[in-house]
Amino acid sequence: MTTPLPIIEVQHLSKKYSLGKKREMYRTFRDTIMERMSHPLKKEGGTNDFWALKDINFTVQPGEVLGIIGKNGAGKSTLLKILSRITDPSGGQVIMRGRVASLLEVGTGFHPELSGRENIYLSGSVLGMGKEEIDKKFDEIVAFAEIEKFLELPIKRYSSGMYMRLAFSVAAHLDPEILLVDEVLAVGDIAFQKKCLGKMDSVAKGGRTVIFVSHQLEFLAQLCKRCLLVDKGEIVEDGPSREVISHYIQLVRNAAPTSLRERKDRQGEGRVRFTETWLEDTQGNRVHRIVSGEPVKIVATYETQAGAEVTNLAVSFAVMTIHGIVVLDLGTDTSASDYFGVVPARGRVECSIPRMHLNSGEFVYNVLARSAKSGNEVEDWVKQAGTFTVEPGDYYGTGHIAGTASLVVMDHHWKFSD
Amino acid sequence: MPYELILRPRKGLSALNLKELFAYRELLYFLAWRNVKVRYKQTAIGAAWAIVQPFMNMIVFSIFFGALAKVPSDGLPYPIFVYAGLLPWTFFSNVIRMAGNSVVEDEKLITKVYFPRLIIPSSVAGVELLDFGVAFIIYVLMMLYYHIPLTAQILAVPFLLLLMVIAALGVGLILSALTVVYRDFRYVLPFMIQLWMYVSPVIYPVSIIPEKWRFLVALNPMAGIIDAFRSALLGKPFDIPTLSVSAIVAVVIFVSGIAYFQKLERTFADII
Repeated sequence: MTTPLPIIEVQHLSKKYSLGKKREMYRTFRDTIMERMSHPLKKEGGTNDFWALKDINFTVQPGEVLGIIGKNGAGKSTLLKILSRITDPSGGQVIMRGRVASLLEVGTGFHPELSGRENIYLSGSVLGMGKEEIDKKFDEIVAFAEIEKFLELPIKRYSSGMYMRLAFSVAAHLDPEILLVDEVLAVGDIAFQKKCLGKMDSVAKGGRTVIFVSHQLEFLAQLCKRCLLVDKGEIVEDGPSREVISHYIQLVRNAAPTSLRERKDRQGEGRVRFTETWLEDTQGNRVHRIVSGEPVKIVATYETQAGAEVTNLAVSFAVMTIHGIVVLDLGTDTSASDYFGVVPARGRVECSIPRMHLNSGEFVYNVLARSAKSGNEVEDWVKQAGTFTVEPGDYYGTGHIAGTASLVVMDHHWKFSD
Repeated sequence: MPYELILRPRKGLSALNLKELFAYRELLYFLAWRNVKVRYKQTAIGAAWAIVQPFMNMIVFSIFFGALAKVPSDGLPYPIFVYAGLLPWTFFSNVIRMAGNSVVEDEKLITKVYFPRLIIPSSVAGVELLDFGVAFIIYVLMMLYYHIPLTAQILAVPFLLLLMVIAALGVGLILSALTVVYRDFRYVLPFMIQLWMYVSPVIYPVSIIPEKWRFLVALNPMAGIIDAFRSALLGKPFDIPTLSVSAIVAVVIFVSGIAYFQKLERTFADII
């Protein structure tokens, strides 16, 4: 018996972006002319190149379900974009031996003015289904999305849940040989999410070749036997999912940069910027490991941009598990403790937690600063700004370590009565 | 034969993949259908808007250029003369305007899913052809009103329609690709369309241009096409040399439009 040819072969694949161009987003004629005049001999491109992918090699067998993991900006999405033909590689090649459909967002091709019915046809055809195929699956799509009653309503009147359900439902009924899926599964309410995962599970088990890019590690571990770990544009590991995922968790833990100043992957106006963040114990020592039930402070320092007058600063820390589930959203605005008045050039903000209710595990947190410029301006938003580890402790003061099975612990009382 | 597709960096000009375009014909239909649906959603008079634009132009031009400025009209009533020119011109100008912005407007699609990008600007022509058809009804009514007899020359209309679509798409493709790279073209377009109308024989006949300059005028593909439309509809003799030059220019623009668009489309997702 001969082994079948791989359905996807990726050979020495690279992708280069010219940073200058990317930052400007688009050029005007004047820019091009000015550039040419000031550097008449310089060819386009040059030192500002950024290699999003460098010499990527892997193969996928028919029917294989592959997960791709990596930090934000590691090159996962670029890889998916090349495989789905949205952008050209800069070097190397990919051989595809099957028809490809890609789901890189929910609701590709949706138009808000059109009705649910119309959008099923539009989006279906954009994603690669023919009219006959859509006709055939139409009822199934509608039933799965649970929107029978709103079929004739323009989708701009849909609730976001309905919109997501419809979008996912159209996508879930695609029937290609190779399916590429990017982080689109976290949609809708919990019940629908379960349904989506179930559908994805059956897609994956139905003998189709699927590539998933996701931050939901638990989900990947369930669906994929094999995972690729991508870091800084290179494949650093290719192997069984469980192993790759646990290495990834280590990578995230070790790489946590405490200095936020150098982070480029941030959003917001930038008139206030976080410079550092860490955790502190009651004596003011910086800590990385904390014990459940103990007090702790999450601290961040920030600077205001020279010359910018920022008033009324609101800060929040969103803590999530390594699998991306938000467990806490701590904000100054919820307890009316925003900074009122003109924000100083340098400052420090701390959030005291009298008792750590998280039980055990690795946690990451995002930092967000907003100002009152025009209502609610996002000034700085850095994802995965810091990490910490929580160890189970004697939370209940019984002299015993609380069980490790749960994510959180909290004070509670029991009472039996007849 | 097993399906195999190789993705690698592309350089230079790429051939038009007709097989793939054919495979995506339903998407072309659906995008054109979307454009039609969206255009007249939540408007009170709907598709009647297709009549309003050329009709109002016809009235204003008839008053100022026909009745007051006495612009010659090859011996025909000025309103029907100008309307016969406005029909192809309205199509042409709308296609290049809409197609020019089409790729940028469908940015979400470009960055999220693959399909032959040519489909986006091409789908614009579908809506405009429909509008052309609606506006044509007014023309038929005007023919009855002015007692203009139908001649065998009307048989040239399908050929002229094809030329008109080719010319408009050629220019539209170039403009849509340019708009992605240089957003300046958003601002250039309205101004360009206005100038283009005055150098095209919409409000005046080609016959007022001295014979020896006519080939220059014919380099504007719309010059020959508009003139030939009038001949076909109104029964005046065709100006074959002018039409030939315009037709050749239209084909050249169409082919280079496709080539240029295909060269630039590789970078669309990265720079849009």
